[in-house]
Amino acid sequence: MSKIYIGGVGLNRVGRHFKKDIVDLAYEVSLEAINEAGIEPDAVIISNSLGNVLQKQNNLAQYISSSIGLRGKTAYHVEAGDGSGGAAIHIAYTLLKAKIASSVLVVGVEKMTDYPSHVTHTALSQLLNYEYEAYYGATLSGIAALIMRYYMKKYEVSRDAVSEWPVLMHYNASKNPYAQIRKTITKENVKESQIIADPLTLFDISPIGDGAAAVLLVGEDYEHQLEEKPEVFLDTVVHHAYELELTLREDLAALPTVRETVDLALKKANLRIQDIDVIELHDSFTITGLLILEEAGLAERGRAAYLLSDGRFRHGDKPEVNLSGGLKARGNPIGATGVYQVAEVAMQLRGAFPGLQSNSPEIGLVINMSGIGSSVSSIVIRKR
Amino acid sequence: MVWKLSPVSVWRHRIPRYRLIGKECKKCGKHHYPPKLACPYCGSRDLKNIELPRSGIIETYTVIYEVGEEFRHKAPVVIGLVKLDDGTRVIAPITDVAEDELEIGLRVEATFRRIRDGDHFGVIGYGLSFRPIRTNVSKTSS
Repeated sequence: MSKIYIGGVGLNRVGRHFKKDIVDLAYEVSLEAINEAGIEPDAVIISNSLGNVLQKQNNLAQYISSSIGLRGKTAYHVEAGDGSGGAAIHIAYTLLKAKIASSVLVVGVEKMTDYPSHVTHTALSQLLNYEYEAYYGATLSGIAALIMRYYMKKYEVSRDAVSEWPVLMHYNASKNPYAQIRKTITKENVKESQIIADPLTLFDISPIGDGAAAVLLVGEDYEHQLEEKPEVFLDTVVHHAYELELTLREDLAALPTVRETVDLALKKANLRIQDIDVIELHDSFTITGLLILEEAGLAERGRAAYLLSDGRFRHGDKPEVNLSGGLKARGNPIGATGVYQVAEVAMQLRGAFPGLQSNSPEIGLVINMSGIGSSVSSIVIRKR
Repeated sequence: MVWKLSPVSVWRHRIPRYRLIGKECKKCGKHHYPPKLACPYCGSRDLKNIELPRSGIIETYTVIYEVGEEFRHKAPVVIGLVKLDDGTRVIAPITDVAEDELEIGLRVEATFRRIRDGDHFGVIGYGLSFRPIRTNVSKTSS
């Protein structure tokens, strides 16, 4: 089987980029990835979720690719909520495997700070079933709050125990120059911060921010075009779609969609979860971070928070989880998030991550999800 | 930015929304809501409409302070995940309740309410909310 290499990456610091629009953000990271790889891509996948609501711009792939000097290429726009990035990587991987393209630029970009936060929350609620959830005033945070309350009661997990997650994420992010929030916090900060959707506080949800990330993928047959041989490759990419609605899930404290795609990706890569050195997983909320650890087979149900308090999953452990600071503190620029995760794991495997760097990792895993599991991409990345 | 309710869409959803019409799978027998065209549990497309029970318990709930734009004047919004008496789950506002009364396991019943105010097109969004079942009568009379 031919290998799909990561030839170049580009990242912006997530934050409030008031002076930059969606094209400016996409341009910077695309140029970084193209310059690093030393080739122009022959296809472009734009990963974005909220642009047609917040920027009122459709025709996005054409608009962005032609604006940044990539006119006349194959160009698609992929939308799958905050799982768009993983879905975009999957399409790029497929184009390369099928040898329809020889190099594909995947650009994740989201511009979330053009309006006050309640407008952005309204846009985000479109990740839910609009007519039967958002119609009644439910928000994405609200749905996560329903899961968190249920989980804490079912497994008798305390507020302080679950706060281990945001505390660790903020610590990791404090070392990451690309992170939106680079300040450490305590469990008291989490408990005492503003209530967003009870029991979720401000420190249980990923922040609103603008961001862009790009990866330039190249097929094995074309790798000789590159100035330098790439060190890392996409081993396996699995992407599945499921129901949006929490009401249709048999266990409210589970993300079966994560388990299914992680198991399949590991099986295809002929690996066990114990073989993974670094993971970037989709902690859009404290509760989704904990549930993904459990579904990936890294913790028993209801036990993830306690493993964190035992010191697991931090820098120096195996696996190291979200050395970037995760969605919680690196940030969650919705359509760009999955591309950040892939770029960060690639940088870890190259030994070139400018924040907390894993010690000689060989195998990485990305788990990118939309909403509360309506689609999941599980991506295994390895060193050649 | 104004989010408009579509008069046509509000009309189209009136039956499942107001009368709590879900689906029953003819193959595995499970009920679900909102109604789909295939069973979310076994995948069968052989389904029939079913009027769901209008009472149940709160399985989990939240009080949302950071609401979307069209709910700002109503904040905080209480949203419950109600497990109806047949086991089907529904997401709906919880109404006529003080915040300290809210608890997992609270018995609730459906009530027809105004959910969203008239907007640009003058459409008012109605739907079901759930309220606690109050037993004012003494136990001997029930």
